[in-house]
Amino acid sequence: MNIVVCIKQVPDTKGGVVFNPDGTLNRAAMLTIMNPDDRAGLEAALRIKDETGAKVTVLTMGLPKAEEVLREAIAMGADEGILVTDRVLGGADTWATSTTIAGALRNIDYDLIITGRQAIDGDTAQVGPQIAEHLGLPTVSYAQAIKVEGDSVVVERQYEDRYHVIKAKMPCLVTALSELNEPRYMTPGGIFDAFDEEKTKITVWGRADLKDVDDSNLGLKGSPTQIAKASDKVRKGTGEKVTDLDPTEAVNYIAGKLKEKHII
Amino acid sequence: MNNMALEDYKGVLVYAQQVDGEISGISLELIGKGKELASALGTDVTAIVIGSGIKGLSDTLGEYGADKVIVVDNPELEVYRTEPYTQALAGAINEFKPEIVLVGATAIGRDLGPRVSARVATGLTADCTQLDIADFPINPIPGKEQKHNQLLMTRPAFGGNTIATIACPEHRPQMATVRPGVFEKLKPEAGRKAEVIEFNADITPNNCYVEVLDVVKEIKNTVDIQAAKILVSGGRGVGSKENFKLLEDMAEAIGGQVSCSRAVVDNGWLDKDYQVGQTGKTVRPNVYFAIGISGAIQHVAGMEESDLIIAINKDEDAPIFDVADYGIVGDLNKIIPSLTEEIKKAKAEA
Repeated sequence: MNIVVCIKQVPDTKGGVVFNPDGTLNRAAMLTIMNPDDRAGLEAALRIKDETGAKVTVLTMGLPKAEEVLREAIAMGADEGILVTDRVLGGADTWATSTTIAGALRNIDYDLIITGRQAIDGDTAQVGPQIAEHLGLPTVSYAQAIKVEGDSVVVERQYEDRYHVIKAKMPCLVTALSELNEPRYMTPGGIFDAFDEEKTKITVWGRADLKDVDDSNLGLKGSPTQIAKASDKVRKGTGEKVTDLDPTEAVNYIAGKLKEKHII
Repeated sequence: MNNMALEDYKGVLVYAQQVDGEISGISLELIGKGKELASALGTDVTAIVIGSGIKGLSDTLGEYGADKVIVVDNPELEVYRTEPYTQALAGAINEFKPEIVLVGATAIGRDLGPRVSARVATGLTADCTQLDIADFPINPIPGKEQKHNQLLMTRPAFGGNTIATIACPEHRPQMATVRPGVFEKLKPEAGRKAEVIEFNADITPNNCYVEVLDVVKEIKNTVDIQAAKILVSGGRGVGSKENFKLLEDMAEAIGGQVSCSRAVVDNGWLDKDYQVGQTGKTVRPNVYFAIGISGAIQHVAGMEESDLIIAINKDEDAPIFDVADYGIVGDLNKIIPSLTEEIKKAKAEA
């Protein structure tokens, strides 16, 4: 059985956000991590590997630096890494990104493709389902549990107030929630081998390696959505702050404001 | 991409999500917003409802402002599944050619939206919190055509740290998923009728059909923090599950509802249904009390649209004070119980 896990290197927004003096995000100053939902997807694949001996390939699209997350995934137990990188692929929206990744996946034998539900930088949750559409595969999004049964996967698909138990015939694509599992750590031996340039070769693909895709669907030019404006979030101004009231005065202050606004 | 005859696309289409024959609140919010966009464009709003045995829902959609309702009713559509619902919605888009399609950013909409947008080969902007009809580019750029009457879709990114406004100038329809709780529903007009169109979409099983083995409903309190006019919201500073009693008493006195920050859910003090923020719910009540909430950016993203924000925190430097209309530095354990008494007294006098 062949499993491909699509992973993304993202800025760690939780570890504090760094802004440039002009108010834009300073990405270079922020740590990067493997996107949390993708990491859970990788762990799910590795558990299937532990049980069945499946081969796990990790694939990422990004800058050459994104090779780091592939090595990290290999140190956790993945077998192979593929980096899709090319200048002409830059600036892609979710349509162009999913077209690119689908073009790469057409070169690989897969039974199961796992992606994270969404990445913490864009939060769109679109790329997984769109890859499935380009490849004509069934998709199950928002997986909170995945198991393989014969030629199918059985997935618990989460909704707001319920979950569905869904059986999908492979080949298919599943998008993973970070609450799916507790991902394992890299092993010391794994790290040693994965970050050894000699022992672990990462396959690098560019535009020419993508199968059955048209240039008009790639990169910034192939993106139907375009940015009209991007800005640091404009926040509501600070109101009144009182710092030196005793509890009784504080209560009177709040009650006074509530009465003034006819709330009480 | 194929060149589309953009001018062939007209009108606003809203995906009216229903589950178990019940229209989701976001569907009505989208009809309300859709009306506003349609009036700017001089066109009308159509709602599309997809399911099995759901024809009766068109009355409700009409009362909330839909001018037309497309009904796709087929036994294959009994329970939500990506492929047959995609066949229904993509089929309707190809048939009726709307220029704008709005879908709720729910666990269904965030699966259906991407699949449909890829099938009809257009762009999709996720989790929008603002929609406008305007020019693109916003300011004229020499040598580039400035298109009028474009849908500009604004959304938070980087966990709420930045906002981006997106356009989809060369493709139709312009598609967006929209966060629940951001736009307001119209007041229903009893007896208002929409024109009902029964659409016989091609719902044919293929390799992408999956089997739903079981539907497991999770038993929860049906708390709806998005509907509350007053939220008494607690954070880590409340200290314990037991101490939330102080907030519950206050909420009861003022006629509000308790909600919370993510830390409270992570600590197991309250259920996820109560959570406000980027990974919880977006709320915009008339009054939001932030009690013992530090105000992480992910929390603020979910409540900053509240009309009035009152923050109580013992940490003078808590970022919540940056968005509060009134900020009180103090001990919530001393303030809240007497505030509750004061509220009761004021209400009794009124």
